[in-house]
Amino acid sequence: MTPLLELKGLHVGIPARRGNVDIVTDVGFSILEGEAFGLVGESGSGKSLTALSLIRLLKKPLKVTAGQILFKGEDLRALSDREMRKLRGARIAMIFQEPMTALNPLKTVGRQIAEMFVLHQGKSWAEAERLAIGALADVQVPAPEERVRAYPFQMSGGMRQRVMIAIALACDPDLLIADEPTTALDVTVQDEVLKLIAQLCSARGTAVLLISHDLGVIANMCQRVGVMYSGRLVEERDTYDIFADPQHPYTKGLLGALPRLGSRHGEGGRQRLVDIDSLITDKASLLQEFYHEPRHKIRDPRVRAGGAA
Amino acid sequence: MRGFNFNLWVGGILTLVVICGAVFAPLLTSLDPVFDANLMNAELPPGREFWFGTDAQGRDIFTRVLYGAQISLTVGVVSQVINSVIGLTLGISAAYWGGWWDDLVNGLTNVMLAIPSLIFALAIMAILGPGLPSLLIALGLTNWSWTCRIARSSTLSLKGQGYVQAAQTLGYGDIRIMATQLLPNMVGPILVISTLGIGAAVLAEAALSFLGLGIRPPFPSWGSMLTNARELIVIAPWATIFPGLAIFITVLGFNLLGDGLRDYLDPHMRTREQ
Amino acid sequence: MKDMATAPLLDIRDLHVHFPVGGQFLSRNKRTLHAVAGVNLSLAEGECLSIVGESGCGKSTTALAVMGLQEPTSGDILFEGGSIIGADAPDRMARARIAQMVFQDPYASLNPRQTVWRSLAAPLRLHGTTAKSEIEDRIADILQKVDLRPEHAARYPHEFSGGQRQRIGIARALILNPRILMLDEPVSALDVSVRAQIINLLLDLQEELSLSFVMISHDLGVVEHMSDRVAVMYFGQIVELGPWSAIFANPTHPYTRKLIATIPDPDTVLHPDRKVTAHAAPEPPEGYRFHPETVGRPDVYAAPEPSELVEIEPGHFIRAQRR
Repeated sequence: MTPLLELKGLHVGIPARRGNVDIVTDVGFSILEGEAFGLVGESGSGKSLTALSLIRLLKKPLKVTAGQILFKGEDLRALSDREMRKLRGARIAMIFQEPMTALNPLKTVGRQIAEMFVLHQGKSWAEAERLAIGALADVQVPAPEERVRAYPFQMSGGMRQRVMIAIALACDPDLLIADEPTTALDVTVQDEVLKLIAQLCSARGTAVLLISHDLGVIANMCQRVGVMYSGRLVEERDTYDIFADPQHPYTKGLLGALPRLGSRHGEGGRQRLVDIDSLITDKASLLQEFYHEPRHKIRDPRVRAGGAA
Repeated sequence: MRGFNFNLWVGGILTLVVICGAVFAPLLTSLDPVFDANLMNAELPPGREFWFGTDAQGRDIFTRVLYGAQISLTVGVVSQVINSVIGLTLGISAAYWGGWWDDLVNGLTNVMLAIPSLIFALAIMAILGPGLPSLLIALGLTNWSWTCRIARSSTLSLKGQGYVQAAQTLGYGDIRIMATQLLPNMVGPILVISTLGIGAAVLAEAALSFLGLGIRPPFPSWGSMLTNARELIVIAPWATIFPGLAIFITVLGFNLLGDGLRDYLDPHMRTREQ
Repeated sequence: MKDMATAPLLDIRDLHVHFPVGGQFLSRNKRTLHAVAGVNLSLAEGECLSIVGESGCGKSTTALAVMGLQEPTSGDILFEGGSIIGADAPDRMARARIAQMVFQDPYASLNPRQTVWRSLAAPLRLHGTTAKSEIEDRIADILQKVDLRPEHAARYPHEFSGGQRQRIGIARALILNPRILMLDEPVSALDVSVRAQIINLLLDLQEELSLSFVMISHDLGVVEHMSDRVAVMYFGQIVELGPWSAIFANPTHPYTRKLIATIPDPDTVLHPDRKVTAHAAPEPPEGYRFHPETVGRPDVYAAPEPSELVEIEPGHFIRAQRR
């Protein structure tokens, strides 16, 4: 089975005459069709840059300095800007952390969804507006016939994120990139939005690249997880395995640093959490280690596929 | 990399030239701007002896422009200091205390913005009579509304910051919080608006003096020099051109400097640099 | 509640904070937002009490009221038995030595124009410590307590990382030796590794200085890890209150259960059956129904219906209405 997306030896950095300054170093992973893949790491680990580089939205002076980004076997780095624009939104869609800044405040949400149909599928405005109502209904916005005429500021954060999802999934993309999609939301709203993403994507067979700092979100949403640290992928394995038996010292530290629900039971006292910095004595050699496991032929049934299956 | 800040450099250089002219006037010329009048030299065009020519009384225009810069800058800086003090005090305290005081200051600011400040200054001058002190009072009381607005909006956004709340819980008094926590964090925008305000005050001083309400002849204010030169505009245009040019350069200098400072102090510009 | 032999360190009694909304000039639809609608809480010496809830539940307003930064509409807040609000409140200097606050955003909580030294020395001077050597000693001591070096004092906030700034914020909160530390989402803006360090530091400091904590948080993992007792707030009211073990092992109120169920936790993937909310929801106590019964969006402008906190096991209360 050929993967939907395959990154090979991706380097992102600032090109310079005397050697590039790499911020993302030698990152490689692949996402199968319909699979949910999670990238987890702390701020500055390079997880967002990795995502931006694969849809070619890196801001200057950052550039992909080496590597291949194969989408359905085609190298995205070789595409023209025009071809890339066609692909973005239609085949690869993206949702961001703060839906307020990603939505146009001056246009109704219905119009913004309809634009996707007009732009990428050549539909007429009248038909596109009709489709927009259906798209809003799909993301479980109540009273979609009325809500299409609402402006972003008239909606709550959770509702706005649903609109973002409706826009992203309007053209049935093959891959959805979600960069911290629920970080700005309350936990109960986060739960609803995550379930919605999982449900819609598994129903449509859309693959998901989920980027988050929250190990819990990643664990509940993804079948496979990549852990990034200091611009490198340090461990990439099936979700169950990585949480049950982390191999890389950094992953171990990250899991130990997390105050986990239920971890205090039977102990009573307040345990100190693992201090990652004290574990890391030799960063250079730590970064050389990379734990990668081949994909299991049959998925572990204990992993909730995409959180919904 | 941040690009070359044209406004900051050109504005800074023009302003520096004007300031140097004012400060070093006694060194740059040996003549007196008022008493060295010689009707034998009246209305001479610019030349080797009188660089900018002479006026109807035979006084050296170069000398008078230099000493005029002293007056213009004094009026500009002092009146803007008065404006800033009023604007900052009202703006910070209104936003910090809120309630009826905020409503009152807001109303006052809106009234001030509605009346053209020059007309207001004219009215005050009419009451106080001409002269430097009344000019400082008139211009110092009429142009604080923008400073007040900026101070107020800065305070409103800073008030919710953790460090201001921390200062409150640590037992700081209100005045101390305003002086140590709020004021230092709005110097940037206040500096910008004050620089622009100096330019405006220089222009207002020239206008008032031109109308005969500001600095009275024979003292060398650029505005009153223009009044005197008005009748000579055809036969001795240099008597009009050089004071006019001085006003132009000074106001342009301060405006460019203000714009340049705004770009320089803008945090967005700084993060882009990194 | 049970009678206590001595007055609790902090006692919040029937606290209400209402905000007028839509108060436009001559407008008719003036409404009142019941941000905090009758909160009763007490804090024992050396205890860590956490108030959890989602945004808008009134937890931060409660904290601000305790800190004296928000005027309550009604109710009383007592420190060691004496009221600290209203007419008989202590002056701001005495109040400053009762409780101090650690803020959520380490980037907004330090004055960017002041060095660490100034941020720490100014409160000391204000409170009567004038001898330079003593100020120096106190600052060196407090910096060492939060694992910073004395030479850090000369620097400005922008020279520090988020975690270091949070340490400075903690140092500033502790410089006057307050009895209570109000922690407002103290680690939610931090990365996982830094978060762990700050949590460890707070736990160490609590033991070393015998501090009492009130923590405001939405992160149940952190709350379970640090708290002795937990209060769950929902739209201005406490819906469940109890020892941490009771709240997390036996969550009873529908809202608490929903909150715990929706926390994305890696362990739910490993042991889905171990999560407490995987089991059947407990029944309300005899003769009562939960209040609110369903978790939706109550009308925040209406005064809440009468309800009470019912003790279902020692020290464990849930909000319910008599049938």
